[in-house]
Amino acid sequence: MGYLEGFGITGRKFARGFVGEDIVTSEYPEQKRPKPERFHGRHVLNRYEDGMEKCIGCELCAGVCPAKCIYVRGRDNPLDDPVSPGERYGFVYEINYLRCIHCDLCVEACPTEAITESKLFEFSFTSRADAIYTKDELVVGDDGKPQQLAWEHWAEGDDVNTSAWMRATAPSGQAAYEDRVAWSGELGYGVRAPERGQPGEREERAAREAAAAAAQASHGHGHDDGHGHDDGHGHGGGH
Amino acid sequence: MGDPLYSEGIGIAVVLITLVKVLITFAILLIATMFMVWFERKIISDMQYRIGPNRAGPWGLLQTLADGIKAFFKEDLLPTRADKIVFRLAPVISATTAFLSFAIIPLGGDFFGGGTGSVTVFGHETYLQLADPPIGVLFFLAMSALGVYGIMLAGWASGSKYPLLGSVRASAQIVSYEAALGLSLAAVLLVTRAVSTHGIVAAQTGDGFGTLRNWNVLTVGIVPFVIFLIAGTAELNRPPFDLVEAEQELVGGFHTEYSSIRFALFYLAEFMNTVTMSALIVTLFFGGPAGLFDIPGIPNWLEGVVWFLAKVFVFLYLFVWFRGTLPRLRYDQLMNLGWKRLIPAALLWLMVLGAIRVGQSSGLSSGGWALLIAIMVVSVVVAVGLLSLSLNAAERNHRADEAYH
Repeated sequence: MGYLEGFGITGRKFARGFVGEDIVTSEYPEQKRPKPERFHGRHVLNRYEDGMEKCIGCELCAGVCPAKCIYVRGRDNPLDDPVSPGERYGFVYEINYLRCIHCDLCVEACPTEAITESKLFEFSFTSRADAIYTKDELVVGDDGKPQQLAWEHWAEGDDVNTSAWMRATAPSGQAAYEDRVAWSGELGYGVRAPERGQPGEREERAAREAAAAAAQASHGHGHDDGHGHDDGHGHGGGH
Repeated sequence: MGDPLYSEGIGIAVVLITLVKVLITFAILLIATMFMVWFERKIISDMQYRIGPNRAGPWGLLQTLADGIKAFFKEDLLPTRADKIVFRLAPVISATTAFLSFAIIPLGGDFFGGGTGSVTVFGHETYLQLADPPIGVLFFLAMSALGVYGIMLAGWASGSKYPLLGSVRASAQIVSYEAALGLSLAAVLLVTRAVSTHGIVAAQTGDGFGTLRNWNVLTVGIVPFVIFLIAGTAELNRPPFDLVEAEQELVGGFHTEYSSIRFALFYLAEFMNTVTMSALIVTLFFGGPAGLFDIPGIPNWLEGVVWFLAKVFVFLYLFVWFRGTLPRLRYDQLMNLGWKRLIPAALLWLMVLGAIRVGQSSGLSSGGWALLIAIMVVSVVVAVGLLSLSLNAAERNHRADEAYH
């Protein structure tokens, strides 16, 4: 009875679902699923550790923006009270989130890593004025964290490690990249601790590689060695 | 017979009791409908790795209320090309017939130990059902047939092609399945010798099958019940027979152009009909409010209601289970199932039951019975054989046609 087998499947599924097993729904506002490493949320304007703004008002972000949602005006730094370490600073910086497509091209274009995308995406503004984020709203606070605006929904910990977590400007462009990372220090976060296998843990990395090599040697090293060698050559040639 | 309430003349008390019964029946149907919408969404969710509504009220129980309030405050659109009067009338027809057909369902009553199923309220004896007309279940058939007008007129009056297609499908489908529904119903009437719903329930209170009593599903046979269940699902336009509102083909079907409270009325009517159909199946085949055994601790007049609700609940679940399991039929499959399988099967079963009834009433000898049974077996075998031959031929022709194209 092929027609009736389906009833068994849905019946069993019902029994499991009834006691709360096999549920894939997450109850969103209370339960937030971890966001992808390279998630593109709303922007933040970063500062240096000393509080200086990174933005130099070069307008490259506005130029590269395909949605034309960024409006920047640069101005010479006042000599007695400079805003950024360079010659100029961005004195107007606005992003229109009714237009922004979160493509991250502004972040790639930025020469000083002043603009990065956080993972915050839950902002439901109700007016055009709220949709256009001004510089005051975009720039990180004195603690180096994004400012929460009235219409943004943040859960506990949403703002941690949310700014500049991974850049498309990192050398490989890969989220799992393991070498010297191209990000620089930020106010509040400071210089981010290197990930596992990064230069700061060179000794540990060397030890692990030695252990791996020893393990390989004991497993018939001839073939593996040759393979690894070839790979190295190919890689070098590519560069 | 009829309701004993009206046997002693009609006074103010009788009118008041009737009014209270109207209110209670209305409330029960509305609450059951609200519950059914929530229940369906929850059960389907459990079958589909989801949670379902859980925000409005405890376990999302008030979700239907919230939806209703939302529907009420939405914009009520009237298409330019609609027939204004009929467009406004159609949902009212649907909802009214859905409300009315519930009136004949026996909701409770004490059927134990030869009980007549009546209770005494303020010194007046009455059935726990709103109306017990002599035509009984025929009233239900009439209402469900009238309910089609709601769907048909809605599609026609919308002045739009998808609603029209949906309503054409609805009328064809319901006309087709009404026949199978009526034939399986006729089998029940033939065996119980009663047409009023109260009479049908009362006929099932014996103990011919021990604890299971004289349930019609046993005395009439399982075939009319299965046919009634399938045809009833088709009559309700519920999955897998929901071609009337097949989203992939017809947008929303007959209610594509409807919004706001008018749409809510259609939605309400659909679920009310589901509740009524479950209640009718329980009445016709599973003894209605007549319970299997005496539940201790519950007064006798209430016990019927408890049994009734429990049985209806089972069939509500079954309808949801159908929806969660079966994919929608193709239109030719729908028509083939109705005309070439259900109707002949119902007709055959009715003939067999009729022959048995004739045999019983004419007092046949054992030899006569043997002859009757032999004739029945031969005719059933011949009928089934002819039917399957013709079905096979039709199938072959269909294949040949497809190969030709």
